[in-house]
Amino acid sequence: MSGKKVIFDTALRASVNLQSSKLPTELTKSSTALFSALSGVKATLPDLSYDYNALEPAISAQIMELHHTKHHQTYITNLNAAMEKMDSAMMNGDVSAVIALQGALKFNGGGHINHTLFWENLSPNSEYKEGGTLDKALKERFGSKDGFISELTATSLAIQGSGWGWLVYNPKTKMVDIASCPNQDPVEATTGLKPLLGIDMWEHAFYLDYKNVKPDYVKAIWDVINWDTVEARLEAAK
Amino acid sequence: MKLAIASLFIGLASAWSPANDASSSRREAISKTLAAGAALASPLVSNAYSVPDLPYPYEALEPYIDTPTMKIHHDKHHATYVANINKAMEGKEEVPILDLMENALDAGPVRNNGGGHYNHAFFWSEMAPPDVAKKTKPSDALAKMIDSSFGSMDEMKSQFEAAAAPGAVFGSGWVWVVLNNAGTKLEIVGTPNQDNPLMKGVKDEIKFPILGLDVWEHAYYLKYQNRRPEYVSNWWNVVNWDKVSENFAYVSEKKSGVPVEG
Repeated sequence: MSGKKVIFDTALRASVNLQSSKLPTELTKSSTALFSALSGVKATLPDLSYDYNALEPAISAQIMELHHTKHHQTYITNLNAAMEKMDSAMMNGDVSAVIALQGALKFNGGGHINHTLFWENLSPNSEYKEGGTLDKALKERFGSKDGFISELTATSLAIQGSGWGWLVYNPKTKMVDIASCPNQDPVEATTGLKPLLGIDMWEHAFYLDYKNVKPDYVKAIWDVINWDTVEARLEAAK
Repeated sequence: MKLAIASLFIGLASAWSPANDASSSRREAISKTLAAGAALASPLVSNAYSVPDLPYPYEALEPYIDTPTMKIHHDKHHATYVANINKAMEGKEEVPILDLMENALDAGPVRNNGGGHYNHAFFWSEMAPPDVAKKTKPSDALAKMIDSSFGSMDEMKSQFEAAAAPGAVFGSGWVWVVLNNAGTKLEIVGTPNQDNPLMKGVKDEIKFPILGLDVWEHAYYLKYQNRRPEYVSNWWNVVNWDKVSENFAYVSEKKSGVPVEG
């Protein structure tokens, strides 16, 4: 798993990997065309921009490969299946079926979104820029980079069951903040907060390496954070 | 409790032992015993709950549940729930863990850790090594109720496996066969995190588990990784149907959850 070019343009990537919610205006005029535009574009597993072993010893190659090729792939497969069902339900005007699909869409769509964001905010090259946009925002909200790390660590460890810890941008307060979501709930869709950095706290994300010792996993993950991506997301969110 | 009373008497006895001639050491022994007595006067809450011993060795459920998982699951995960429920219940009246379930939703720590303790104690008790398990079977009463509720045992297992599938139980949770509140039929329900159907508010009414399966990833990940369906279908090989039948008889008669050790 190396040497594959990653599409960095978020808009382009979104249209390839995620079913876009924006449709060309001429299509919205024709409802038949609308429905046919919804189907056909399927979610696909994004390549990692680093090898499976690149994040060792923080996260093992074994976990990276399973996590990427099995867990993330399963969310994508199930998302595509749910979206196909959604297309027919909408085509038939079956409101009840549309509503019944919401759980599967949130779970599998959320799983796809979350993991796509996750791979991108990890990197073997973890360099933090002092004095940059991100640094200033973290100091404004948390006092220091360490203060931020401490708070996101605590929030992530406090999650009961499965979920994610997030550094987010709050468009209302115009400040960064910490959030956590249960299961695969996508943070922006469920709270309006914009995701900047995610930590997967599902047991599959760490169990083979750390067993029940979650604190060691969260401590180690700080060694492999892609701070450039986090900063780019913050700049885009503002 | 009994151990503490015994040590109180031993303490008193040693204070008056002829071997303890030095009066200072006798005074010491007496004051220690009195201190122990004072401690006994208040409820022993710091160790109210404990992890019950497994009724079989760690490796007994192989190859269906692996030894390292049994060790970590019992000695670490279950132990953490016990430590945390003890902390949460410090200074409070000591009651069996079953009694904390009905109102568990009132307090986060009780819901998570009390639930965690009850669920795991329940789980260990309903399993047996494969060669023992295969000689067990549902009682006549249970078999009859399974047939009337699901059509057949195979149909029940099939529905149970569907409820335990990764899409069905989002995230961490448990799958249960329960007796409904009216006591008229068995149902299959899933609960998230460490909730269980005995907790008021988790389901539309309190229901009584007779069988439960942990589908948190820690329950199977070391051996099965993402292959949860394989874990679930293998699990039937270690279910002790005699114990499940006892559970059924108990909940049918008492309209209460099954008590657990610890």
